[in-house]
Amino acid sequence: MAEAVLLTVELALLTTLVLLVVGTPLAWWLARSRAWWKEVVGTVVALPLVLPPTVLGFYLLIALGPNSPLGRFAAALFGHTLPFTFAGLVVASVIYSMPFVVQPVRNAFEAIGERPLEVAATLRASPLDAFFSVALPLARPGLVTGAVLGFAHTVGEFGVVLMIGGNIPGETKVLSVAIYDYVETLEWGKAHVLAGGMVVFAFLVILVTTVTDRRLRRRLA
Amino acid sequence: MSAIEARFGGRLGAFELDVAFSAPARGVTALFGQSGCGKTTVLRCIAGLERMAEGHLVVNGRVWQAPGTFLAAHKRRIGYVFQEASLFAHLSVRANMLYGRRRARAAADPGIGFAEVADLLGIGHLLDRSPARLSGGERQRVAIARALLSDPEILLMDEPLSALDRLSKNDILPYLERLRDELAMPIVYVSHDIAEVERLADQMILLEAGRVRAGGPIATVLADPALPLSRQIDASSVVSGRIESFDEEFGLTTLMVSGAEFLVPGRIGETGTTCRLRIAASDVALSRSRALEWSTILNAPVARITGAEAVGSYQMVVYLRIGPAGRGAPLLARVSLRSWRALGLAVGDTVFALVKGVALAGAS
Repeated sequence: MAEAVLLTVELALLTTLVLLVVGTPLAWWLARSRAWWKEVVGTVVALPLVLPPTVLGFYLLIALGPNSPLGRFAAALFGHTLPFTFAGLVVASVIYSMPFVVQPVRNAFEAIGERPLEVAATLRASPLDAFFSVALPLARPGLVTGAVLGFAHTVGEFGVVLMIGGNIPGETKVLSVAIYDYVETLEWGKAHVLAGGMVVFAFLVILVTTVTDRRLRRRLA
Repeated sequence: MSAIEARFGGRLGAFELDVAFSAPARGVTALFGQSGCGKTTVLRCIAGLERMAEGHLVVNGRVWQAPGTFLAAHKRRIGYVFQEASLFAHLSVRANMLYGRRRARAAADPGIGFAEVADLLGIGHLLDRSPARLSGGERQRVAIARALLSDPEILLMDEPLSALDRLSKNDILPYLERLRDELAMPIVYVSHDIAEVERLADQMILLEAGRVRAGGPIATVLADPALPLSRQIDASSVVSGRIESFDEEFGLTTLMVSGAEFLVPGRIGETGTTCRLRIAASDVALSRSRALEWSTILNAPVARITGAEAVGSYQMVVYLRIGPAGRGAPLLARVSLRSWRALGLAVGDTVFALVKGVALAGAS
């Protein structure tokens, strides 16, 4: 049981980290670009919000499998194909949780507006400098919300994991899958511990996010 | 030689801009005009925040914009003060002020000092506060300080007072006058408030629908009969004079304006320095005789009528030049049609301009 919890936390932390690094520039681009096709990209990023996780998992299984160019590339990179491995789970989770990070961060960037960046430019800050010294600090509430939502959403993922991760203890058997297993084998007591823990976790996440978000926003108002 | 030579042309949506002007190395050049005349766009072009199809901009002999050349905004040595103070909410007042300073390139010559600027704008006691805890006037003063500390060659101000209430405005104006008088750099000041311009500007560029309608020394532009300014109900003239003496008993300063003596309340400056007076057209009456012994009027310089025009149905705007020969500073008067007729006044006549009130418009 502890193994599943640890694995889940590890997966969620790593996914959140990757998402912040990849999702923040993407959110910046979506917030500032004037390209007509940016909403097409925005929609692709948002797809996991609507798609059944099994659909996503199915396509990921194919895309990362040994018969696709992407899968072969990954195999060459990691020495083995990604499905049914921890690395595969990370890749899937990043895609699956992407909209939960990109959307709040993009909103935060859009709320900043043009002015602070213009001010930074008149104060000799290059666009990159202004991004780090003005845009990121001002978007902090959005970044915090995005990170928490990305983390929490990854913790709760089930369908995608089942499709591309299978159920390998210590490798891909995360919390939600463990609960499913316990119920199937009628170990209701263990299922109760994990499920109850998740309820408490979800409650705390939402409460803490709301409170810190308010506080950060007030400080920047 | 002009410190700024600017020419911008092109379209911005439905708006067409076509302006050319220059600004001297010292003093305030006001870009004045109604909302939508393009004055803010011109300022943004100078800053490099906006790029017009055609643009030519030379600042202190260096080309900032020309066909094929465009210096990015962050590489221009400007200080820009926006309409709203736009302080960085995540930084303290001190960190805001140092933001530009840390990035300014002038390693050899740090220019104006931090303490000096904080003192100049009276914000030394606010340094550790967060911008959220400042009044509107204080915020704008910090924004000005931040701009000055970035070691600019030119200072660009986009209606820095228009977002403020009357009290905060009066609070900041003296600081702006100090900047004008103490900084050896050109200031381009955008405004739609003529009173502000009269108080601060040395040069005035009048913009209308994206074009320069007129430009020149403020005194000349204000009293130009060809322009609509002199016909406004709140029209004023601005005259400069040299301080001659101070009368301790009555607290009056004597000023010489184009050979005429003006008495102004208060000790307004050191003897020998130059001073600027703002005289509202409605505060000037005309008289055929200098019958001052029967009046409380202090100032009644001789002036010659150089022009006159009816405004509305019953009033006249009278254009005067101080001095019997009519070669001195321009002065505006607004009188009733009835008086104009009753006195039989005509262009070319020499009269006494009875000046009821003068407002000090700062040293210059």
